[in-house]
Amino acid sequence: MIHSLFLVNASGDIFLEKHWKSVVSRSVCDYFFEALERATEPENVPPVIPTPHHYLINVLRHRIYFVAVIQSEVPPLFVIEFLHRVVDTFQDYFGVCTEAAIKDNVVVVYELLEEMLDNGFPLATESNILKELIKPPTILRTVVNTITGSTNVGEQLPTGQLSVVPWRRTGVKYTNNEAYFDVIEEIDAIIDKSGSTITAEIQGVIDACVKLTGMPDLTLSFMNPRLLDDVSFHPCVRFKRWEAERILSFIPPDGNFRLLSYHVSSQNLVAIPVYVKHNISFREGSSQGRFELTLGPKQTMGKAVESVLVSSQLPRGVLNANLNPSQGTYTFDPVTKLLSWDVGKINPQKLPSLKGSMSLQAGASKPDENPTINIQFKIQQLAISGLKVNRLDMYGEKYKPFKGIKYMTKAGKFQVRT
Amino acid sequence: NLSRWGIFVAIMIARGKNASDLFPAVVKNVACKNIEVKKLVYVYLVRYAEEQQDLALLSISTFQRGLKDPNQLIRASALRVLSSIRVTIIVPIMMLAIKEAASDMSPYVRKTAAHAIPKLHSLDPEQKDQLIEVIEKLLADKTTLVAGSVVMAFEEVCPDRIDLIHKNYRKLCNLLIDVEEWGQVVIINMLTRYARTQFLNPNINVSITHMCESEPATLAKRKPYVMDPDHRLLLRNTKPLLQSRNAAVVMAVAQLYFHLAPKAEVGIIAKALVRLMRSHSEVQYVVLQNVATMSIKRRGMFEPYLKSFYIRSTDPTQIKVLKLEVLTNLANETNISTILREFQTYIKSMDKDFVAASIQAIGRCATNIGEVRDTCLNGLVQLLSNRDELVVAESVVVIKKLLQMQPEQHSDIIKHMAKLIDNIQVPMARASILWLIGEYCEHVPKIAPDVLRKMAKSFTNEEDIVKLQIINLAAKLYLTNSKQSKLLTQYVLNLAKYDQNYDIRDRARFIRQLIVPTDKSGALSKYAKKLFLALKPAPVLESPFKDRDHFQLGSLSHLLNAKAAGYQELPNWPESAPDPSVRNVEVKDSVCAERTVLTGPEGAGVLLLQTTRGSSNMQDLPKKRPKTLTKKNPLLLYLKNQKSASESESESESSESEEESEEESEEESESDTNVRKKRVRLDWNRIPCIINFDQFDMNKITSVFSQTLAPSGSIKMYELLHRIKGEGLAVEYCFSRQPFSPEPNMVAVQIQFTNNTNSETKNLHIEDPRLQSGMRIREFAEIGLQPSESVTVVMGIDFCDSTQAANFQLCTHTRKFFVSIQPPVGELMTPAFLTENDFKKEQGKLMGMNEILEKLTLGEKCVNEHVIVERVTATANLSRVPCGSDKECRFAGKTVSSGCLVLVTVTTKEGGGAQLTVNCEKMLIGTMLVKDILQALSQ
Repeated sequence: MIHSLFLVNASGDIFLEKHWKSVVSRSVCDYFFEALERATEPENVPPVIPTPHHYLINVLRHRIYFVAVIQSEVPPLFVIEFLHRVVDTFQDYFGVCTEAAIKDNVVVVYELLEEMLDNGFPLATESNILKELIKPPTILRTVVNTITGSTNVGEQLPTGQLSVVPWRRTGVKYTNNEAYFDVIEEIDAIIDKSGSTITAEIQGVIDACVKLTGMPDLTLSFMNPRLLDDVSFHPCVRFKRWEAERILSFIPPDGNFRLLSYHVSSQNLVAIPVYVKHNISFREGSSQGRFELTLGPKQTMGKAVESVLVSSQLPRGVLNANLNPSQGTYTFDPVTKLLSWDVGKINPQKLPSLKGSMSLQAGASKPDENPTINIQFKIQQLAISGLKVNRLDMYGEKYKPFKGIKYMTKAGKFQVRT
Repeated sequence: NLSRWGIFVAIMIARGKNASDLFPAVVKNVACKNIEVKKLVYVYLVRYAEEQQDLALLSISTFQRGLKDPNQLIRASALRVLSSIRVTIIVPIMMLAIKEAASDMSPYVRKTAAHAIPKLHSLDPEQKDQLIEVIEKLLADKTTLVAGSVVMAFEEVCPDRIDLIHKNYRKLCNLLIDVEEWGQVVIINMLTRYARTQFLNPNINVSITHMCESEPATLAKRKPYVMDPDHRLLLRNTKPLLQSRNAAVVMAVAQLYFHLAPKAEVGIIAKALVRLMRSHSEVQYVVLQNVATMSIKRRGMFEPYLKSFYIRSTDPTQIKVLKLEVLTNLANETNISTILREFQTYIKSMDKDFVAASIQAIGRCATNIGEVRDTCLNGLVQLLSNRDELVVAESVVVIKKLLQMQPEQHSDIIKHMAKLIDNIQVPMARASILWLIGEYCEHVPKIAPDVLRKMAKSFTNEEDIVKLQIINLAAKLYLTNSKQSKLLTQYVLNLAKYDQNYDIRDRARFIRQLIVPTDKSGALSKYAKKLFLALKPAPVLESPFKDRDHFQLGSLSHLLNAKAAGYQELPNWPESAPDPSVRNVEVKDSVCAERTVLTGPEGAGVLLLQTTRGSSNMQDLPKKRPKTLTKKNPLLLYLKNQKSASESESESESSESEEESEEESEEESESDTNVRKKRVRLDWNRIPCIINFDQFDMNKITSVFSQTLAPSGSIKMYELLHRIKGEGLAVEYCFSRQPFSPEPNMVAVQIQFTNNTNSETKNLHIEDPRLQSGMRIREFAEIGLQPSESVTVVMGIDFCDSTQAANFQLCTHTRKFFVSIQPPVGELMTPAFLTENDFKKEQGKLMGMNEILEKLTLGEKCVNEHVIVERVTATANLSRVPCGSDKECRFAGKTVSSGCLVLVTVTTKEGGGAQLTVNCEKMLIGTMLVKDILQALSQ
């Protein structure tokens, strides 16, 4: 299946290679570099590139291209999904997935890749199993290792691979037993010129951080499970129980994991927490344009809208912008024409606004294009879909764990057309 | 410092530097104790073995030793590295190792064996036949761990051997949900292909109504379509996987539904696919490609999700273009106005490639939906005054195509476009305008010659495609309006004659001959007008994704729209369904495979009898489903898979009665007087014995026994409670020979309860054990049984190394039964792993009183070492000890309770004689063991 893997950085250098079958010369990446050159933006490189003898499948994460070399038919999503899993694992191990982090931990990276694939077929991709096999580097351990000459590789054998619940390590012990769940929802929306919603959907996840001793069996129930009609689960969730009772029943993995993600589609009514009033206009023959933008809270259920960030790609003809924010700071990059305004918190009494003028190239005709405005924000203590957890129970162990649930709503791809 | 040095080598390999000079120095460390160094050496070895074959061979023995390690994980990793070394000389060693690992007791080792198969196949394709045998064996494996890997091996080695799947089809369907996610993808893709060869097209009725509306008679003649239950099984068991977090799994299920499900059911995949669109952009890219193909065939499916395909300015261009494609495919009379409004905003985008694609999309909507053609055309004409040349050019090309559909009404537009020729520089657009004017020169008689005049002036500076169109225009004008354009045409043709491009010179020559009448010109020139001004059919604007669904969706080939290497064609539905009975699997009803060495005098005969009975049973009961089987698989039971209970109920009942009668006749013929053994023997005979041909069972049993490293073993079921005595509750037990994990000095007894009544049996538990002093019982947790369900539990008994029976009561919510379990002496021990030297040393300590010697004559069947090993390990739970001499077989074990060593040696002599030696501290055990082994060997 997956023959080889090359890691290519933003400047187009191969800085790591790994082969699971016979060695493929790195010259195969020339086809990739060709495609890279042809693409105007880094994310426009086609994910699948056919070459005379191989197929290259690549993903771009953290400004690193992970280029997998394939020799014969294999579902492309299989490879893409696996590559993303590799990146997630690196991130899990090193905190960040950068070229520097990978180079610093090249041995661990190599050991990980060796365990994750056998002859190109995924072997162990579950982070709990991998951590049993190869301990993640920590500062303390690095120091100890240098002094004592001991290793990162786990001494005991990975029994998790043989268990019925491969995602959970055995013999987990904590002095403080705790289980925290974060319900995070992102709103994807397109708002048209007049302020009406063209499409809006909610993408939600429940991320968990579970540190419980032994083999706990958890159940999580919701006040309004009917909202969750389009869900995907971590493999630990018992699907039949969900089908029958709408209760999440699972033996959790140890540590951080994504319990489920759900999708409230555009057919449902989605509350839009902010509105934007805008007036961006260019006059024919004049070298000046007007720019006015005001933000305000809409359906926020009484919660504050925080960490608001507005960004917009202005037309190419704009030379500079001279604006005046009522709060926060703004920047305009004359090269990329990217305007961004860090608003902060929206005060409903005094709405934030950004007003001023833009200077255009003299003599050039007025731009055809209208810029779109992208908005980011956060609302604490609120799940915009209305999802609420009812209760969390634990079976199978005797102690009493600390439990906690946090809600948060964020803007996903929230776009206002002008 | 070894580990630092290892790091250095790893970095060298990672950077792609050649580190092969270091080979001897590295390989030396293969047996190093430090695990990290060891792993790095493995990495190094696998990487460079191909280049340094001779040196690589030095390391092989280390792995061969690892293959015999008592720890399954070490066995597995040894096999993994050994099979990764690409050196042809070791192919036989690999083959042997794979075969052995395929019947290992550890599913993890078997999984590794499955992984090794494609490696060996790519190294030496000539091993294919042997490897297929191994695959066949592993396919029958019932553990979820193995399933995905072996199907992967199947797909790489012998994807066309669909016949190997039949017997395992239902098992794979049932296991699917518990297989790890990567395996799921492979299995689902394979089953899609399988289903296409074995089942009928579920949409057949629909397509027939379409075709034969005029002939209702043919329709009536056809049998109404009934879906094969196995087809339904596949659809039902894959559906929950749409909820997987793994995009590849969701896509695999989606393509399965698209290719296999009845039209009415395909819709459910849309929601899941739309959900995937929120994922990483690469995932989005692949999903959109597939959605684009699906949306042509099944437009209705995605219509409710139209808005999810709306484009954001931040999407990468390739995603935008694909979304546009989907939107265009979804357009119909009802939603076209919304879609067009959306398209209008796209045209104002800053991304010009995307704008061009949007214009093409508008053109396609206009051709497909007649109502909006004029609206679209007007919109496009407005774009002609756009400042961006690319936009104008693209509009011209699209307008040209639209105009071809109804040119008469649009001479205004043609005139407008003629004016544009002065400004537009994009060759394709210029060529399009020229073609339009030439084609419809009768609609614009005044303008056309003027355009030709301008073009003649700039001819030399034009691009090739424009030049060709100028020649065309000239030719057409010459034919319709020769008065005004004769000289211009001559001029253009003369210019073209000396052009640098072959095509243009050829075209000029050809046209001159055709249109300018000379005395030499042939018959063709008479038809020149017909040739040039024939009515041309309007172009059909088609989606590039049309008909891509002949590739299996989700595949690489589909994405590239070209056959990738190793792509397996998705077969067409068969005309008539192949025999569905090939998927039937023989179902054991209450017993595991009975391959015990028989103890009675008539043993061989009975075995023969049972063989025939088993096979006839198989023919009698073709309807049996593997469900019952699954139900009895302890592993699955553990997962509480109770769903199938009700479905298999009726089937198992019907077979029950059949066997009952046979059983009774069997009992009557039984006449044994040996009192000591009577109980066991009778019980044993009461069990309806079927030689089980289901490969898996063999495998499971083998796996239980393979601790003893015997190639095959047997397991004996004993009866605890007969069905009649137990009022419908049948209980059997066997010694599973697995270590009893809660208490290592207990013997694990696997007990299988079968509820043959029609009511639920509740609160099954153990009460009031009456035991000899020192003996202990670890009870199983209380269980309940649904009607005709059967459940297996494991309990532990500490027999204190004696063959005394453990007596206790088995209680249900209504009744109590007195039962007892008496272990054969061979079950009181567990295998011990000794080397040859250790064995000799230990044997030396256990001389004199502790040694029992017995001479015997080997039975007729004990012809070779293999049979001896099999019989000894069947009698007692011992493991084989390696031995230099081929005349001797050695076995070692420990008693479970006190851990005393039990050493057994069988020395064969010429002419069927042999000597049996047992060394054991516990003389009683030794004596009894000698007796049992003697009996086993002298048959």
